[in-house]
Amino acid sequence: MRRLRTASERNKLTQNIGFTGLRLAALITVVPIVLVVVYIFWQGSPAISWEFISGFPREGMRAGGILPAIVGTFWLTLGTGIIAVPLGIGAAIYLAEYAPDTNWTRAIRIAIINLAGIPSVVYGLFGLGLFVLFLQFGTSIVAGSLTLAIMTLPVIISTTEEALRAVPNSFRVVSISLGGSKWQTIRRVVIPQALPGILTGVILGLERAAGETAPILFTVAAFFLPRLPTSIFDATMALPYHLFVISTQVPGMPVQIQYGTAVVLLTFVLSMNTVAAVIRSRARARRQW
Amino acid sequence: MVSSAEARQHSSLPQEIKNKIVIEELSVGYSDGTESLRDVSLAIPDHAITVLFGPAGGGKSTLLRTMNRLNDLADVISLSGHVWIDGVDILDPSVDVISLRRRVGIVFTQPVVLPMTIRQNLTYGLELAGERSRSRLEEAVEQSLRAAALWEEVSDRLDDPAIALSGGQQQRLCLARVLALEPEVILLDEPTSGLDPISTGKVEASLQELKEHYTFVLVPHSVQQAARTADYAAFILDGQLIEYAPGKQIFTNPQDQRTEDYVEGRFG
Ligand SMILES: Nc1ncnc2c1ncn2[C@@H]1O[C@H](COP(=O)(O)OP(=O)(O)OP(=O)(O)O)[C@@H](O)[C@H]1O
Ligand SMILES: [Mg+2]
Repeated sequence: MRRLRTASERNKLTQNIGFTGLRLAALITVVPIVLVVVYIFWQGSPAISWEFISGFPREGMRAGGILPAIVGTFWLTLGTGIIAVPLGIGAAIYLAEYAPDTNWTRAIRIAIINLAGIPSVVYGLFGLGLFVLFLQFGTSIVAGSLTLAIMTLPVIISTTEEALRAVPNSFRVVSISLGGSKWQTIRRVVIPQALPGILTGVILGLERAAGETAPILFTVAAFFLPRLPTSIFDATMALPYHLFVISTQVPGMPVQIQYGTAVVLLTFVLSMNTVAAVIRSRARARRQW
Repeated sequence: MVSSAEARQHSSLPQEIKNKIVIEELSVGYSDGTESLRDVSLAIPDHAITVLFGPAGGGKSTLLRTMNRLNDLADVISLSGHVWIDGVDILDPSVDVISLRRRVGIVFTQPVVLPMTIRQNLTYGLELAGERSRSRLEEAVEQSLRAAALWEEVSDRLDDPAIALSGGQQQRLCLARVLALEPEVILLDEPTSGLDPISTGKVEASLQELKEHYTFVLVPHSVQQAARTADYAAFILDGQLIEYAPGKQIFTNPQDQRTEDYVEGRFG
């Protein structure tokens, strides 16, 4: 190898090696994601038709559509959002802006972090015990939404808290020096600045809720219920559980329908992601510090 | 309790001048153990520029932030003494700090524009105070920008993000933002430290023009600026008030050796 003459040449080489390594690392993480998405869409898109999306399952789910599962997942995600979003954001605002740094609030934070690590099937059991049986909601959309909401809360709380803490403190001081109250400062300066981060957390949390099987298994999901729910106390089919059922529980299931269902679930989640990305980039374009 | 008349005797100011702020035996200590101010007594007259100057870390900013209770946000562990504004001790826990801060505005060393448009920066405080009238807000925007010598430069782009302004313009926007609230007292903490001489000149000229309506307390960024702007000047060293006198006197004929050393640049 030619001897490198100057320090700057050596630096450049190190830099190039570094950048190549980083690019490679980025590529390696992207490849599997792309492969999964491409493979599922390739296998599943032939099954997608108007009937598949808007029809009811027939012939023991081996034909027809998956409308009840789509509608069920929609209501569950909405219900989870209605419960978890205000609660989670409220808790995060309290923790980030108001709570004094005491052992008590530190314990709350540790509890939240640990909640995020609990396996989802445990949430399912908890929901079964508390909402379905003890509170007698039955296997229902309320019970499922509440269970999913509890599972989602830690995600929403910790991302929102982080987003609030990322807002420079000098903004708060300036707002207060101009005669702003604490709440006015939070509402008019801090939250608008943190909004992209908050939305990211909310959508990440709701996406996870939309895609989870275990928490809804005992609390809401129906194996086969070819009608739409009419009240929040109805059980319902839901996409992730339906996918599990048709992949493992029904013999002679056409592969196309399995992948078709996966395509619908993936589209649901990816479109939430896209909405989040759009909102984020719009907000970032407006962000000014 | 010591009366404000008694406190006035601590200063060498003539009695007939109306004092807007009377500080009495003020001591402030932070939680890290620094005793930033010790027994400072000072009477600040209305309609004048009072300059607080001295070496770094002397407690000038601490003194400013005490005057509108902004130090409530900092880790202050010990606070004693009184700060009378128009005869009311604003350190009293029952004082409404929000209306106090509307009456006593502050401009910081680092200009921090809020992440909004120029116009929104100016109307922010007024809107928080409940002002809804479009025309009055518009009027405040123009008046405050003119007063801060910024109107010519920004009048055609009021709805641009404030962060797009130059550093000097941002600092004048911060001054305008405080002026828009029409406070009675304006505290200025090295408001021109990041400005070029021309912008500095503009700000100083604005202050001279505005002082008949306000009480200014200014921490200058240099002794030269102190000498140029001071109607009254207080030399603060290591948390203590060393000398307080009309500006002409303190910069030409200081009474204390330490003041003289500092003014003549013989200090650390
Ligand atoms: N928020 C704070 N927490 C703890 N200590 C502080 C705080 N603010 C200031 N101090 C301390 O108080 C002392 C006085 O600081 P202050 O900022 O009032 O001085 P200053 O005269 O404004 O200095 P400078 O000219 O550098 O701005 C310093 O020792 C400083 O470290
Ligand atoms: Mg200072």
